[in-house]
Amino acid sequence: MVQAIVQEQQQAKKKMQVLKNKQRENVYETNQLNLWYGNNHALKDINLNIQENNVTAIIGPSGCGKSTYLKTLNRMVELVPGVRTTGEINYRQHNILDKGYSVEELRTKVGMVFQKPNPFPKSIYDNIAYGPRIHGIKNKKVLDQIVEQSLRGAAIWDEVKDRLHDNAYGLSGGQQQRVCIARCLAIEPDVILMDEPTSALDPISTLKVEELVQELKENYSIIIVTHNMQQAARISDKTAFFLNGEVIEFDTTDKIFSNPTDKRTEDYVSGRFG
Amino acid sequence: MKLVSQKREKSLDVQQMIADKKKKGLGRKAEKIVPVLLFITAAVSVLTTIGIVFTLIFETVEFFRRVSFLEYITGTEWLPFAGDPSYGVLPLVIGTLKVTGIAIIVAVPLGLAVAIYLSEFASDKVRRLIKPILEVLAGVPTIVYGFFALTFVTPMLQKVFPSLEIFNALSPGIIIGIMILPTIASLSEDALSSVPNAMREGAFGLGSTKFEVALKVVLPAALSGVLASIVLAMSRAIGETMIVSLAGGSTPLFNFDVEGSIQTMTAYIVQVSTGDAGYGTTIYYSIYAVGFTLFIFTLMMNLIAGWISKKFREEY
Repeated sequence: MVQAIVQEQQQAKKKMQVLKNKQRENVYETNQLNLWYGNNHALKDINLNIQENNVTAIIGPSGCGKSTYLKTLNRMVELVPGVRTTGEINYRQHNILDKGYSVEELRTKVGMVFQKPNPFPKSIYDNIAYGPRIHGIKNKKVLDQIVEQSLRGAAIWDEVKDRLHDNAYGLSGGQQQRVCIARCLAIEPDVILMDEPTSALDPISTLKVEELVQELKENYSIIIVTHNMQQAARISDKTAFFLNGEVIEFDTTDKIFSNPTDKRTEDYVSGRFG
Repeated sequence: MKLVSQKREKSLDVQQMIADKKKKGLGRKAEKIVPVLLFITAAVSVLTTIGIVFTLIFETVEFFRRVSFLEYITGTEWLPFAGDPSYGVLPLVIGTLKVTGIAIIVAVPLGLAVAIYLSEFASDKVRRLIKPILEVLAGVPTIVYGFFALTFVTPMLQKVFPSLEIFNALSPGIIIGIMILPTIASLSEDALSSVPNAMREGAFGLGSTKFEVALKVVLPAALSGVLASIVLAMSRAIGETMIVSLAGGSTPLFNFDVEGSIQTMTAYIVQVSTGDAGYGTTIYYSIYAVGFTLFIFTLMMNLIAGWISKKFREEY
């Protein structure tokens, strides 16, 4: 009798687990992705599935291809002349490397935060309103609302609400980076790509951005490239370890940092190289 | 691999060598003399400017002893060679403004289009081809442009506008526009391409098209440089002499007609300088007054350019 109840409970638990996993669809499915910069083979046979509403960290030493991979996810990598790719990256079941796939549409869905804060040399308000405006939202009231929501979302509203019409370059580096995150949130993307977003920031600003990432994953799928392994361990759910253009290991962050399968991963996360 | 720091041999005493060199003292003296020399060179250019301005002022003052200032700046008749001469400068000013206006209408849209194309759209190959051609355009002597306006552009325009006179404002205006186009294109291109790439990436990352990035991010960020290039080009157009002397005519009239003969301030100065107006006559002094007026115009342009650079600078 008791056994039956325990069994039932276990089954229910399993079901819940399955449901939970099912709810988390893959935003990105990468199959056999290869990328060359001229003759330099920068990404080799990448296969990675990235789940939604997760923080996925990409770690690895300099030059391992982690930033290149991130930039391939919104095809920003194409701004570099002489780039060639093979394989496929499916974003929500559509191959974004298809010739016919509109990059503008992709980048409207997939926002990006860069290594160095790069606000436009405009007012804070105009920075946030830029995205909605180019996509045709002109109504002042709607824009006001979007600006406030986005700045609140990026946890910087209280710091800038009295100076919305000042130049964004008057802010500190950490505030600028959060304005950039707000600018990204303003078009309500599905995925946010972050390319070492805290490497140019001081520890306190870094902490604020990290807390923000934790909050944002409720509504967004976040993929973050970082040099800082503690950061990856602190904020991510899953971690991919890149080395020389290959994915060495991709697993839950706990597993990667406590019990990695591959010797090279272990060497890297324990600080023996890189 | 282990790095081992080796002890230096004591035979090379670098500190001693530095001290020896210092004792010779040549460096010290040069340190003191060089700034003085540099100051003198700077002073020469400043003094020349002051000299020119004072010459202009003295002769202009002499002119205004003979002709009333009020008549000069409000008069609408410029007839210095008439039996009863009148010295109202407005027809000359209007002539200059007409030509400058036409030149700007031609040069600004074309120049900006070229600049945006070169900095945001052109491939390296195309840019390497077009930039030297533009620079050649900037190097053509203005007398050649003048002949081109008179003997080629005017006859062609006459086919479109039959009422166009052989000397007119339209043809030299268009040609001056082409002459200042490289200034606008080249300086604006510099301003546009010095906008950091990070800003373009930020805009691309939000799903902007290339055109949106160029127009809504790069151009506003470079606005002060672009406006300054336009003002600089305008002051070149105002001061341009040869083209208007050859193709503009010598009829100072107070109207806004671009089809008829005109005379600009510069062309008047040429007319008198190359003619036989005697030293000390009112006509002689009048070219200084006109020259001073011209100087005020270009000075104002420079001040406006400076003000624009400050006012519209989007700092990054």
